[in-house]
Amino acid sequence: MYNKSLKELSHGLKNGDFSSVELTHEYLNRIKQHQDLNAYITVTEEIALQNAKDADIRIASKKADPLTGIPVAQKDIFCTLDVKTSCGSMMLDNFYAPYNATVIEKFNQTGAVMLGKLNMDEFAMGSSNETSFYGAVKNPWNINRVPGGSSGGSAVAVAAKLAAYSTGTDTGGSIRQPAALCGITGLKPTYGRVSRFGMIAYASSLDQGGPMTHSAEDAALVLQTMAGFDPKDSTSVDLPVPDYSANLNHPLTGLKIGLPKEFFSDDLNIDMAKKLAEAIEEYRKLGAEIKEVSMPNLKLAIPAYYVIAPAECSANLSRFDGVRFGHRCNNPVDLTDLYTRSRGEGFGKEVKRRILMGTYALSTGYYDAYYVKAQKIRRLISDDFKKTLTEVDVIMGPVTPTPAFGIGEKMSDPVEMYLSDIYTIAINLAGLPAISIPAGFINEMPIGLQIIGNYFTEAKILNIAHQYQQTTDWHKQTPKGFA
Amino acid sequence: MEWETVIGLEIHTQLATQTKIFSGASTAYGAEPNTQACAVDLGLPGVLPVLNEDAVRKAVIFGMAIDAHIAPYSIFARKNYFYPDLPKGYQISQMDHPIVGKGHLDIEVDGVTKRIGITRAHLEEDAGKSLHENFHGLTGIDLNRAGTPLLEIVSEPEMSSAKEAVAYMRKLHELVRYLGICDGNMQEGSFRCDANVSVRPKGQIEFGTRAEIKNINSFKFVEKAINHEIQRQIELIESGGKVVQETRLYDSVKDETRSMRSKEEANDYRYFPDPDLLPVIIDEEFKAHIKANLPELPHAKKLRFKTDYQLDDESASILTTSRALSDYFEAVVKASGSEAKLCANWITGDLSAALNKGDLEITDSPISYERLAGLLARITDNTISGKIAKQVFEELWQSSASADEVISEKGLKQITDTGAIEAIIDKIIDDNQDQVDQYRSGKDKVFAFFVGQVMKEMKGKANPAEVNKILKEKLQG
Repeated sequence: MYNKSLKELSHGLKNGDFSSVELTHEYLNRIKQHQDLNAYITVTEEIALQNAKDADIRIASKKADPLTGIPVAQKDIFCTLDVKTSCGSMMLDNFYAPYNATVIEKFNQTGAVMLGKLNMDEFAMGSSNETSFYGAVKNPWNINRVPGGSSGGSAVAVAAKLAAYSTGTDTGGSIRQPAALCGITGLKPTYGRVSRFGMIAYASSLDQGGPMTHSAEDAALVLQTMAGFDPKDSTSVDLPVPDYSANLNHPLTGLKIGLPKEFFSDDLNIDMAKKLAEAIEEYRKLGAEIKEVSMPNLKLAIPAYYVIAPAECSANLSRFDGVRFGHRCNNPVDLTDLYTRSRGEGFGKEVKRRILMGTYALSTGYYDAYYVKAQKIRRLISDDFKKTLTEVDVIMGPVTPTPAFGIGEKMSDPVEMYLSDIYTIAINLAGLPAISIPAGFINEMPIGLQIIGNYFTEAKILNIAHQYQQTTDWHKQTPKGFA
Repeated sequence: MEWETVIGLEIHTQLATQTKIFSGASTAYGAEPNTQACAVDLGLPGVLPVLNEDAVRKAVIFGMAIDAHIAPYSIFARKNYFYPDLPKGYQISQMDHPIVGKGHLDIEVDGVTKRIGITRAHLEEDAGKSLHENFHGLTGIDLNRAGTPLLEIVSEPEMSSAKEAVAYMRKLHELVRYLGICDGNMQEGSFRCDANVSVRPKGQIEFGTRAEIKNINSFKFVEKAINHEIQRQIELIESGGKVVQETRLYDSVKDETRSMRSKEEANDYRYFPDPDLLPVIIDEEFKAHIKANLPELPHAKKLRFKTDYQLDDESASILTTSRALSDYFEAVVKASGSEAKLCANWITGDLSAALNKGDLEITDSPISYERLAGLLARITDNTISGKIAKQVFEELWQSSASADEVISEKGLKQITDTGAIEAIIDKIIDDNQDQVDQYRSGKDKVFAFFVGQVMKEMKGKANPAEVNKILKEKLQG
């Protein structure tokens, strides 16, 4: 059953081929079998089985939605009522939210089955899932390699078939990069398309939740459930949600694809360049026109991001002070001691590094030089994309510079680690939607192709990705031992 | 040396909204600790602020009342600092783009009008409260107040005495209550003041170094705190010392200010735009709607009272000190059909005196406008005299009866029957022939004696005009 698409699972459930309880048991067993991957922080077996029973009743009474009864696993950044939400941090190892994130609420309403909460880089800060308080997650394609991050657990849960699909969040590439490194499909929607309420904030102006699935067809169904305006999130956008599955089969004849020369320079890994060229060729065969475009400010994305994101995180993480919830140090002697030890003990190294960077960037005397300047760059990058997207329908490029690197390989060099998001970060700065889809293998490790569209054109991006997946089978590959 | 004082005030007014500025929790005062703080107020992970439109509306109302520029685009910023009663570790406030820009307020001190500039007014959320008592060496936190909407009103440094500062503060207090945007309750902290005070040698153009006195919560204390601070600074400089820029606390028990923290110890608040909130866009339509519904402001109302009701300056001033009082006055005029001047005299006289004695606001008056109007109508139609009316007023204050009920129950109706009055007068003239002779020989003063006798005989209920008229006729023979 676990090899089926979401559409097939939904059909099987409605057809009575298998029940949601059976399906859920199958995933729960696989989760137990593959604990060594460390994809889950919390497995919610009881809740899952209760959800499955409820779903079976709902399916029997013919009131099922497409995702009713299908098991999902949630990134541990989405608050779940009475289930631990750790955000991958010791700080929240004891935190049980008294509310559901809007996204969780939507999955509950559609009758999804929650298998548990997935491992992630601490507070979504990391590109390898190695900063988690709960330990590194292993890439099922090679357990000595990282799965990417921060949604590493989410990517692995799907790649290793420990959930039918999962959710992730993407601040600088945290859905797309692990999706590429684990050979799955990951969509970062337009900023404002999916509610951020109850999604623990890393960098509020960049964070966006989205689906992590086997295919674009699956992603369309999951986004359908996640998307929509939320009055509890002022930055969510009040636009109607289109039917994301309706135009998946739209032909690509005449589609204009832009390839930014900045993405395809000599700096790009030669194997990666070759694989991407093959993927682009596939699109040409599907009737698309390929055009070189230029976005000169792309090179400024990483420095701008590493000012803006830390600046926002330095304030977002101030609430973790040991006073009301979360980790509190033992026997504080005074207020300063309570703050410094609770935060010193509760946060990991990378989180502290970003809080320090952000605090510095916002300090009197540095604010204009760093924060204000970074915002100007952000505007320039957005303008580059806007202009380019008047010339072409979508932009394509790599997701990562290389396939998955080794566990421990980049932990001592944060700058090297930050560069793993060089192709994804600019898209967050511009707030655009983008998808990563499997596009082949380099040395038996998967790589991804990135498709970037205009604001709120997720349906089109999914259509373009789906057409590719109709003529290729990269997305159907399963790591050895997980088939 | 002669010294000159420069004072600027920052006043925090709590906006009278039903719910908090960024959450749906109630703003009501005095609830059990932490019963009016929701997940947003507690700063739990993942929750987001949503701006309360009513807070924006009230800020714009204020801006219009002080003739200020209303920013078409304003933004919220995070002011970062750690404190246990600040749940998120930052306060959502406004920095570079406040909602209300430059405006002004006219104050009057010793009969002279002075215009005080208002630099800006911005929206922000209040913090919670730290409770240091009854926790055995620990500190309790009450977050009921966290997230309450505040409008911080910053004046220009244009006041030159504690007296002016108090006049400004009073005027502002009157205005926000008038506008219905703040309940003005100073004991509950709805209206709080920080004062920036500096001194300089008379004639010097540059400002002296200022000290900021925090959280002064009564008019009396503002005056005392500022005067104390002026004295402290002058003495310091004259004895060769230097004022340092710092924050000071006023101790009302010892009547002194003392240092809280110096500029060096001050926080770097690291303001930056709050990415969780969109810019506030105020369009012409929103402003036009507010303008159309803006209450009449005290100054305009005072002028109208003088022209429309022919009131003197003092009565018009008193009656327009609060919206409730002026509304009461206008309701009495309308309901009683009496002369406005009579109504004004009763309200500023007997009623105000009685309210003061009972420490009551006009809104708590035991005599409703209808009942007072009922009384004044009976004066106007000559049913009772002004003197009897005072007696009826006393009854109204004590009971819930109407003026007519009191008058008929106590038999206070004025006697206007000339026959009855004549009979009494005839009898008094008969009984007091000596006085009659005196009057007729030119001693006019004796006339008052006859009036007194008649009134005494008729228990004050005779119509004085009738009595005068008949007496004059009879005495002249």
